[in-house]
Amino acid sequence: MKENRAGKVLLELIMIVLALLFLFPLYITFVNGFKTYNEVLTSTIGLPKVVQFQNFSVVWKQINFPGVLMNSLIITVLSVAGILLISSAAAYQLVRRPGAISNAIFLLILSALVIPFQTLMVPLVKVARDFGLIDSIFGIIVMYWGFGLPMAVFLYHGFIKTVPRELEEAAQIDGSGVIGVYIRILLPLLKPITSTIAILHSLWIWNDFLLPRIVLSSSQNQTIPLASAVYFGQYTNEWHLGMAALTMAILPIIAFFLFMQRYIIAGITSGAVKG
Amino acid sequence: MPTRRLQQNLIYILFVAPAVFVFALIVLLPFLRAIIFSFQDWNGISTVIRWVGLDNYRMMWKDDAFYRSFAFTLKYVIVTTILVNVVGLALALALNTALKTKNILRTAFFLPYVIGSIIIGFIWQFIITQLFADIGRATQWTLFMKNWLSLPDYAFWSLVLVTIWHSSGYYMVIYLAALQGVPKDLLEAASIDGAGVMQQFRSVVLPLIRPAMTINLFLALSNGFKSFDLNFALTKGGPFGTTESLALHIYLDAFTKNLFTYASAKAVVFFVVLATITLVQVSVMKRSEVES
Repeated sequence: MKENRAGKVLLELIMIVLALLFLFPLYITFVNGFKTYNEVLTSTIGLPKVVQFQNFSVVWKQINFPGVLMNSLIITVLSVAGILLISSAAAYQLVRRPGAISNAIFLLILSALVIPFQTLMVPLVKVARDFGLIDSIFGIIVMYWGFGLPMAVFLYHGFIKTVPRELEEAAQIDGSGVIGVYIRILLPLLKPITSTIAILHSLWIWNDFLLPRIVLSSSQNQTIPLASAVYFGQYTNEWHLGMAALTMAILPIIAFFLFMQRYIIAGITSGAVKG
Repeated sequence: MPTRRLQQNLIYILFVAPAVFVFALIVLLPFLRAIIFSFQDWNGISTVIRWVGLDNYRMMWKDDAFYRSFAFTLKYVIVTTILVNVVGLALALALNTALKTKNILRTAFFLPYVIGSIIIGFIWQFIITQLFADIGRATQWTLFMKNWLSLPDYAFWSLVLVTIWHSSGYYMVIYLAALQGVPKDLLEAASIDGAGVMQQFRSVVLPLIRPAMTINLFLALSNGFKSFDLNFALTKGGPFGTTESLALHIYLDAFTKNLFTYASAKAVVFFVVLATITLVQVSVMKRSEVES
């Protein structure tokens, strides 16, 4: 028994060391954002001798941080809200009115789950140009609706099948229309799966780089991942500003994660298990 | 009665049409377009698009850069699929014991995953080029005195290392959920019957977490094949194109070399390969889940 306890303490110590090693790159990013350029070159590990807050104000202005933060927020929120609305509405009718048409639509949307984004991206640029969706915040939001839809419809479809019909029928007898039943009865029942879908899609859209990279070009449309790439081009090595920019880029998502941790981990687990 | 029927159909259209419309515009149309493009010749700008039959596919057959990218991607997928699952499962097993700091540890291991992979790539670009050089100067270890990103083998393992650091926590969380579903009394029964820790793991735990393994292998395979951000941020496909993933290869062809239609043909091949491999993996593992 004693041996067992010693083993447990040892395991705990090993895991703590490992966890610190995992967090070490974030520490490096953080401290170097507060150093001067020369200090970064001479010592990367140590704390800054004099804390350089001006790195952050320089980056704040150079990449127009409030603007890109706002763009990222608007794109993520409206994309996710649209995905939730469009997919839950479609899945609701596809489940409740089964038949050849519903089946065909569901299978068609489902089959897109195996199509990688990279197969679509080349012609997407052409389609987006033809439909006036290129280099526009609204345009990229519509694209996220399309790319987020298959997974969301699939998860909603599976969930709605387990919701008993009787509740909706009772409400209908009480005089609610289909739209009323959807809003007042069904949407509240869908909350668990809605939060799973919202979390999965928020993380993906917030962090996405490739789609914004190919469809958003003008400077007023930049998102956080696009803007932070500015300091890591081929001919730049302003590490101190780069690290300040990365620190600013990761703080919002880390704060979000720490507050919502329970929901995020639960959402990711159940999303993966059902997917 | 016909009006009620009509009303129901109108509501059906109202609910389903937005999804069908957006899906058709953003997914279906580009997908069909990709297939059509793959039989055409167009640079993305000019007004004429020519039909060229199988020319793009024939060209691919002799394209060394494409083969190199394919070979890199396969090697990267195999290595990372194995390692993220081994590391993820090991972390999950350790955290599944009654450690005091369990929750904080779980947070720490999972944290990198919520950060976007492009930003992770930039963080590690700094660490590998600056911090490692610092460590090399201080310790004189030859391992750290080389510039990892400019040597093909080191660049490959840098990508693997960063991938593990970034996503093991994700696989860990899924394994952890499965491990928590393993009934304690089953393990007790096995240990009373004289099964050692290793044997308990092999004959009780492993079969019970098979579904999680199917999912994690699927996710690791498909994420590995689609890898783009890390290659873009860390190595730009270099040195000498040795770490150019298929996704990056297609991107560079289409958007820096204006080979729109040729890139589309590669994208179609990419789709066929990825769809085949993932569907085979899932069906094989699902079958073995039922048997065990």
